[in-house]
Amino acid sequence: MRSNLLRPEVRTLALLVLVFAFAALREPRMLQASSLNSILLWIPLLGVIAVGQMMVIATRGIDVSVGSTLGLSAMIVGMQFRVHPEMNVFLGAFLGLAIGAGLGAVNGGLIAYGKLPPIIATLGTLSAYRGLVFIVSHGEQVDSNYIPAALTAWSQDGPLKIGDVTFPWLILLAAIVGIAGHVFLTYRSLGRNVFAVGSNPEAAHLRGLPVRKTLFLVYTICGALAGLAGVMYASRFGFVNPATCGQGMELTVIAAVVIGGTKVSGGSGTIAGVLLGCLLLGTISVALAVLGIEANWQLLVYGSVILIALLLEAGARRAFGEAAA
Amino acid sequence: MSESPPLLRATGLRMAFDGTETLKGVDFDLWPGEVHGLIGENGAGKSTLAKIAAGVYRPLAGTIERDGRMVEIAGPARANALGIALIHQEPQMFPDLTVTENVFIGHHPRRALGSIDWKSAHHKASEILEGLGAKLNVRSRFGSLSVADQQMVELAVALSNNAKVLLLDETTASLTPKETESLFKIVRGLRDQGCAIAFVSHRLDEVFSICDRITVLRDGSKVGERKPSDTSVQEIISLMVGRELASSPLASLITPSANPILELRGLSLAGRFRDVSLQLRAGEIVAMAGLVGAGRTDVARTIFGIDAASGGAIHLDGKPVRIRSPRHATTLGIALVPEDRQHHGLLMPLSVQSNATLAALKRISPFWLRRNSERARTDEYVASLGIRLRATSQAVKELSGGNQQKVVLAKWLLTQPKVLILDEPTRGVDVGAKAEVHRLMRELAAQGMAILMISSDLPEVLAMGNRILVMREGRLVAEFGPGEADSERVMLAATGQEAHAV
Repeated sequence: MRSNLLRPEVRTLALLVLVFAFAALREPRMLQASSLNSILLWIPLLGVIAVGQMMVIATRGIDVSVGSTLGLSAMIVGMQFRVHPEMNVFLGAFLGLAIGAGLGAVNGGLIAYGKLPPIIATLGTLSAYRGLVFIVSHGEQVDSNYIPAALTAWSQDGPLKIGDVTFPWLILLAAIVGIAGHVFLTYRSLGRNVFAVGSNPEAAHLRGLPVRKTLFLVYTICGALAGLAGVMYASRFGFVNPATCGQGMELTVIAAVVIGGTKVSGGSGTIAGVLLGCLLLGTISVALAVLGIEANWQLLVYGSVILIALLLEAGARRAFGEAAA
Repeated sequence: MSESPPLLRATGLRMAFDGTETLKGVDFDLWPGEVHGLIGENGAGKSTLAKIAAGVYRPLAGTIERDGRMVEIAGPARANALGIALIHQEPQMFPDLTVTENVFIGHHPRRALGSIDWKSAHHKASEILEGLGAKLNVRSRFGSLSVADQQMVELAVALSNNAKVLLLDETTASLTPKETESLFKIVRGLRDQGCAIAFVSHRLDEVFSICDRITVLRDGSKVGERKPSDTSVQEIISLMVGRELASSPLASLITPSANPILELRGLSLAGRFRDVSLQLRAGEIVAMAGLVGAGRTDVARTIFGIDAASGGAIHLDGKPVRIRSPRHATTLGIALVPEDRQHHGLLMPLSVQSNATLAALKRISPFWLRRNSERARTDEYVASLGIRLRATSQAVKELSGGNQQKVVLAKWLLTQPKVLILDEPTRGVDVGAKAEVHRLMRELAAQGMAILMISSDLPEVLAMGNRILVMREGRLVAEFGPGEADSERVMLAATGQEAHAV
């Protein structure tokens, strides 16, 4: 039991309860349906990308291009809906996934076969993909009247309602991604290779594991999930703006993954941790709004809270030793 | 032996790194049911040979047969498939993953649809480990195990692959005698089951106790093959070092001063070395010999403030000092030229000048960088050390190994140290540069510097040391004064065949 208490996921959970209780005590509106709904809408978008990002970080890599990948996928799918309003929304979601996979494969190729450092390669594509968003859209937004109602329903309706609190379809989608990710990482050889490659790349090579193939695969998966999140973004916000769609998303996602107990040095990470990381960041973000913190201050406070959470995590790791982490 | 072909036969293996030949046409074979010792000094080519057989390196020339059939071992995966397993000196494993996972990664037991059967994996892993006599929780993280347990897991990996050919590369280097004994029990068991084991080592007592046959390598060539029953430790050692190298030590030109500059009193570093006492006087070169892993580098690191001693004291000019960091050591007048110049000694992409002035930058450029005086000081040492380069602005990585080593030397000489510690100062440098480094060391000693030289190169130890200290398994086991040492006596002390009281 003792070792369970020291798991990073448990620490994140404790922090989550703390933040939520603090906000609820200061401002009872935190407990109202509208606040809870906001949190429930926040998580799936973040969570879906974070699952991919966690796999990347578990290989000692990083993908900072996910925000732009999300944006480009959302824009192309949104424009398809503008031209073909009758297009099936599931086909749209699949299209987003495929576009993301393609963009992720470019990252994977640059890193696994071009031998570029992940941060450099994805910084390059962060800029390049955002540039493509502007080029394909001619700088024009896809307005809300072009996003099909069947798609916005994914975030407005859901399979489960408790009082006024709606668990939207997006949550179900994110849950499927999370479970699929967990099964892949736990029960498939390719999934286990992700951790082996991150834990000791040299040993992975000496053991004859397909190191480059594994790297290529995780960046492709990460891109695909960011692409899927693009479609979820269109559902959630109802429009796609070339400048703001997915902009800055990479930092939140990376923070969620790391707060969820994934070591940046590779070799570790769990879906449960990622989920808790997303939940924590979602709660913080909604709490800031509910507590009436001025919009100008929100970014600063948000960043500070993330840093504090990371410092606590690092401190806990030192205090309990690496064995607990 | 038997009529069946050898499990492994290598013929005419040649290998070279950066133009230096490490294997010069070596033959080696392994028969079922034998433990074959592969011994030689550091750098003789033992590990290279093992790594070629395991697919880590591709040989430049030569052939390998497995069960009498010619094979190409294109990579580690191919070696696994051929039932060849290499147990590395440093465990090549995954510290973040569980024991089970370390055993089975790449070939997990599967259920229908190819999903991993964890229950059976954990079960099989503990079964294999129990067969090796190791009681381990297979769900614990590999990184949390002791080195001995880690090596048990490495063996388990080989067994789970059904390896028939096991290559143990200095596997006992970091084991206690008791752990070594239980490893040997396992090795004998595997031998009796018909496996072939190559035992790479330079610990002669172990080689004699476990091997059925011994092959000796020297400078990349096979110089002899013996049965332990038909040979003696003395014969093997003279094969290893080569008779012509047993030269007499070179007398120092000056007499060292009476008072030691640096004195270690019972210095210890937990788990690395124990109770090391030595004195270093101005004007003398003390050579420290021993096998890789004997703790020599750890002593140097502790003197230089990289590791904090767990016991004992360091005295400098007769006063006790606690050296907190390399920076502190530098201000006290201690300099360390590390073994690994690529990673620890130099900033490879930077210029010769930037590297040379790095440690003494505060002295040369107290506030603003003074490019001109930096260049002047660099030029001075480039001239006096005879560093061959196009310009001091040239990147260090473009220089030869010998010249790189001189740049490291220049860096530390610029700090005007009283105590200079050199860890393997001539490893990987060519013969000419080696002679120059030796000449420089003698000049520096003559100017009154106290020099501690760690070296695994016996002729170098014998030629350079006014006194020779020998370390084995974390202890100082022998000291030879001028004229007392020869290569065989040093080697005997280093391998533990015969201990001289200090």
